[in-house]
Amino acid sequence: MKKIAFIVFFAFLLFASIEMREFGKPPSSVKEVFPNANYDVTMDDRIIGKYNASAEKWEYGAVEETGANNVVTSVVFDYRGYDTLGEATVLFTAIAGVMLLFGRERK
Amino acid sequence: MNGDEEKMTVIVQTIAALLFPITLIFSFYVIMHGHLTPGGGFQGGAIGASAIVLLIVAYGVRNIEKRMKEENLSIFESLGGLIFVVVSIFGIFLATAFLANFLVGKAIFGQIPAWGEAPLNSGGVLPILNIAVGMKVIGGLSAVVMLLALITKEGER
Amino acid sequence: MIYNLPFITVVLLIAIGMYAIIFKRNLIKIAIGITIVESGVNLFLITLGYREGGVAPIFTNLPPNISPEQIPEKMVLPVPQALTLTSIVIGVAVLALILAFVINIYKNYGTLDANKIRRLKE
Repeated sequence: MKKIAFIVFFAFLLFASIEMREFGKPPSSVKEVFPNANYDVTMDDRIIGKYNASAEKWEYGAVEETGANNVVTSVVFDYRGYDTLGEATVLFTAIAGVMLLFGRERK
Repeated sequence: MNGDEEKMTVIVQTIAALLFPITLIFSFYVIMHGHLTPGGGFQGGAIGASAIVLLIVAYGVRNIEKRMKEENLSIFESLGGLIFVVVSIFGIFLATAFLANFLVGKAIFGQIPAWGEAPLNSGGVLPILNIAVGMKVIGGLSAVVMLLALITKEGER
Repeated sequence: MIYNLPFITVVLLIAIGMYAIIFKRNLIKIAIGITIVESGVNLFLITLGYREGGVAPIFTNLPPNISPEQIPEKMVLPVPQALTLTSIVIGVAVLALILAFVINIYKNYGTLDANKIRRLKE
């Protein structure tokens, strides 16, 4: 029974990976996926931003909004800060669990 | 049980004592430059925790536990979480919302870099949050490794 | 088919991890399987965010052939990388908790076999 379930699971995963979109080519505009959308720039391109070389300033993007050169850091701590706060809570809870299991009984 | 038998050889102890400050300084570098270069609080914290784990492996966990109590490491970790939450709550009063970046655009920390520039005093509250998360990860991972090593030694006795 | 090779690698990783979780009875091996599934999920997120010929989304020390006009097209997507960063740290925390429970189980039952520790200890 376990073997049948595992084979069905593996076949489903393999089918999904073959039917996946092409590797290395994410959709470059929203209208490829949703033709009725009234905006064109995808979320990641909006976050990376656009630099106006002639005026020497940023039009939009993470560097203009958060001031950090590392876009991944600005996503982690600014755009998705609640996610990081929850992750810090998970870390704290796991360490509190380890201390609850092992910390007391050494005394 | 004076802990001498769980030390490794003199060669390993000397190399660990030499490598410990270098690893710690590299960890601080990765944390402080988290908004400019690859890395950040989590990665730098993992490097710093690995420095403490190096000491634990080389000198034996009981000798390290006498100098560096795991309660103190836990307090260090909680302090990091507290800094994170307090800086986030400042965003409510000084700007619009929780976790708002209230320092961006200001003169001291909020400089917006142009193309090709990388000033250290940019990023607003992001370096402070990086330091907070780095403290959290250093304290947490070293406390967990120290507790697991201690409980394994207890089982042998 | 060959351009989907990273996705097939992800599927193989997840399948190996699920095999260890389902068919093995040693608790340490189950923990290793959970970690392998986690690696597969992380690799899947990174693979989703890859853009052909892209560099890391960091504006410090860019390669000299990247000009401001081609910026969004020559960088990989930043949001999946941030999700992966969170996922790695949660994986480390969960693995520490799993190992703590395994050590506790071994101290109480004297075995790591998942079939023998099902009964309640009297």
